[in-house]
Amino acid sequence: MTTERPPSQGRRLVALPATVWAAVALPFISIVLALLVGSIVILASEVIVPGHPFDVTLPVTAYAALFEGAFGGLDPIVNTIRAATPLVLAGLAVGLAFKAGLFNIGAQGQFLLGALGSVTVGVALNQASPFIAIPAALLAGMLAGAAWGFIPGFLKAISGAHEVVTTIMLNYVAVSVIAWAVSGPLDQPGSPSPITAQVGNAALPVIIGRNGHLGVLVALAAVLAVGWLLFRTTRGFEIRTVGANPDAARYAGMQPRLIVVLTMSLAGVLAGLAGATVVLGVTHYMMASFGTTVGFDSIAVALLGRSSPVGIVFAAILFGAMRAGAPLMQIQTGSLIPAELVDVLQATILLFLAAHEVIRHILKLRGVKAGLETTDTIARTYGRESV
Amino acid sequence: MDGLIQLLYSVPVLGLLFQFVGYVIEIVPRIAPIILQNATPIALAALCGVMCERSGVVNIGIEGIMIAAAFVGWYVGVLVQPALGGDPSAFFGVTPALLVALGAALLAGMLISLLHAWLSITVRADQIISGTIINIAAFGLTGYLNTLISTTSPNGAGAFTRFRPPPEIADIPVVGWIAEMLLRQGPIAMSLIVIVIVFQVLLFRSRWGLRTRAVGEHPRAAETVGIDVIWVRYRNVVLAGALAALAGAYLSMEGTNSFQQGMTAGRGFIGLAAMIVGRWTPVGALGAALLFASARALGDSISFARPPGELGTLLGQLPGQFFDALPYLVTIIVLAGLIGRSIPPAADGQPYEREKAAA
Repeated sequence: MTTERPPSQGRRLVALPATVWAAVALPFISIVLALLVGSIVILASEVIVPGHPFDVTLPVTAYAALFEGAFGGLDPIVNTIRAATPLVLAGLAVGLAFKAGLFNIGAQGQFLLGALGSVTVGVALNQASPFIAIPAALLAGMLAGAAWGFIPGFLKAISGAHEVVTTIMLNYVAVSVIAWAVSGPLDQPGSPSPITAQVGNAALPVIIGRNGHLGVLVALAAVLAVGWLLFRTTRGFEIRTVGANPDAARYAGMQPRLIVVLTMSLAGVLAGLAGATVVLGVTHYMMASFGTTVGFDSIAVALLGRSSPVGIVFAAILFGAMRAGAPLMQIQTGSLIPAELVDVLQATILLFLAAHEVIRHILKLRGVKAGLETTDTIARTYGRESV
Repeated sequence: MDGLIQLLYSVPVLGLLFQFVGYVIEIVPRIAPIILQNATPIALAALCGVMCERSGVVNIGIEGIMIAAAFVGWYVGVLVQPALGGDPSAFFGVTPALLVALGAALLAGMLISLLHAWLSITVRADQIISGTIINIAAFGLTGYLNTLISTTSPNGAGAFTRFRPPPEIADIPVVGWIAEMLLRQGPIAMSLIVIVIVFQVLLFRSRWGLRTRAVGEHPRAAETVGIDVIWVRYRNVVLAGALAALAGAYLSMEGTNSFQQGMTAGRGFIGLAAMIVGRWTPVGALGAALLFASARALGDSISFARPPGELGTLLGQLPGQFFDALPYLVTIIVLAGLIGRSIPPAADGQPYEREKAAA
């Protein structure tokens, strides 16, 4: 039970840092604790893998390299931004759904379909003017993602099939669709392994550093758009109301089923856009193993960012930085510590956030926001006939 | 008879359906053991779900428990094999190392379940979020450890082997293939049937089952008659962890003898769908798991050897990836088709707070 006192009028100046602290305290503490757990994991790894001297300072070396690989210069910073861009978009896809009381674990599938939609149009228009090719390819990604988000939303609205199960199933179906498209209709003849042709003129232009592409502006625009939708429009109010209490929303004359379909489709648009920025901005073509960690990182991003558009940006930068810095960490630790340490850190952060009540109790924190947004609508609609 | 069948097969459009039914009738006895093998991890995951949710705790971390148990079972086998040694015995190829590994896998599953129980019962975190975090953590940690130790390319401890029933059994008319399906199995798949029956009886005929269902339907009422809601939930969730762990152990110690990253491939979630479709009963969950498992076995069988005739020509035009996606598609369709008539325990997913003593 928190007793958050509203900031009094006379103390505005001191109230602002207090609210910032209230919002970031638990995420910050969780990150610090996760880094501590991570260093224990690193030390334990040294014991597991034999054949080298035990180095007590290896965690420091690893974290320093992680930081250097993420922020140590223009190229690392651009890499961080590049890694954070799809995380912002896919994080919004998960976060927006959370706001409507929906758990979109399907960002991965929507991401893959979005990438496929973009690469299909991008390859077809690779000789066209960039002013036509780029918007068309982005739009195709959004539409393909929307279709993949619409399906679970529609199924939930008509039958109550919970999105936690259907979206996961669709993630696996998406992998098959990609494998089929890349080795079949989109296969570039003459290549040894199934890959598509290059997107050519549909590639997003580089706007910062060596390879920082336009996608970052797309992501920022999406942050503004989602923020505006949620907090400045009637639809956004409806989305949040349905998320808070579908029954109350129904009594108020809203249509929860419609909102569910709409929100899932919009989430699909955002995750599809994430896939589009990766394929048009980073890889420029698609291969059958176009599996990335974006889909699942986005759940972590949305949870850490408490589903708020601004929070998602910061969480995406954090996890993007970890992804960008991980290769250097692997090199600097003599290939002893695999880049997957990032997954461990990410999971540990989430575990501490989930156990926020305990942290609060132990550290005697007062007046800080909960570690995770309460989303009991998700559990409440679980297995129920409908929303 | 043959003439009639040929006539049915040649009916336009409908004939294809008849051909498909004919193909299924012909092929199912042959692939029946494979169906039960495919169903084993799904059904065990579903049983884990039933045990948790009947007591009112949603557990979507089953997938994570499975992958963690699969990893622990395999890796503990690697570690203890040199010390314990021993050749595979005639009894399901059991070695001391395999038994220790299985025990470790079960223990790991129960420990992770304990974490979920603590988060969702004591801390009262959102149960779906808690399960998701367990999934992310289990996949992250096993992926990390797998990459870490793959540099040493360890030798596994082998796997449980299947029982080979005498060939006469398969020749028994009508029921021969069912006996074959149940007997041509390893120890985990074979014990699945026993677990389902025992669980079904206990859930609906025992004191434990009555208490479990009471706590899942109306915890407040259960508490007023003296049932310790928190304890019942803890016990069920932790015990259920052993079931999910068994599903994971099946994958790395009976289905194969190695660990691959992400080898659970959504089976934990298909298990959840099987639980819902099976209406939160052990027998129903097994039935649904068998249905989902046959989609996979049938798909494999079609892509391996195409059925004859028009049907084969038609199926041959489908890309191979369609059959990879088939189990997931069937899960979605069945779930969406049946769910309205499947009602979960009333207190499912809701944390319980003891009533405060009057101050």
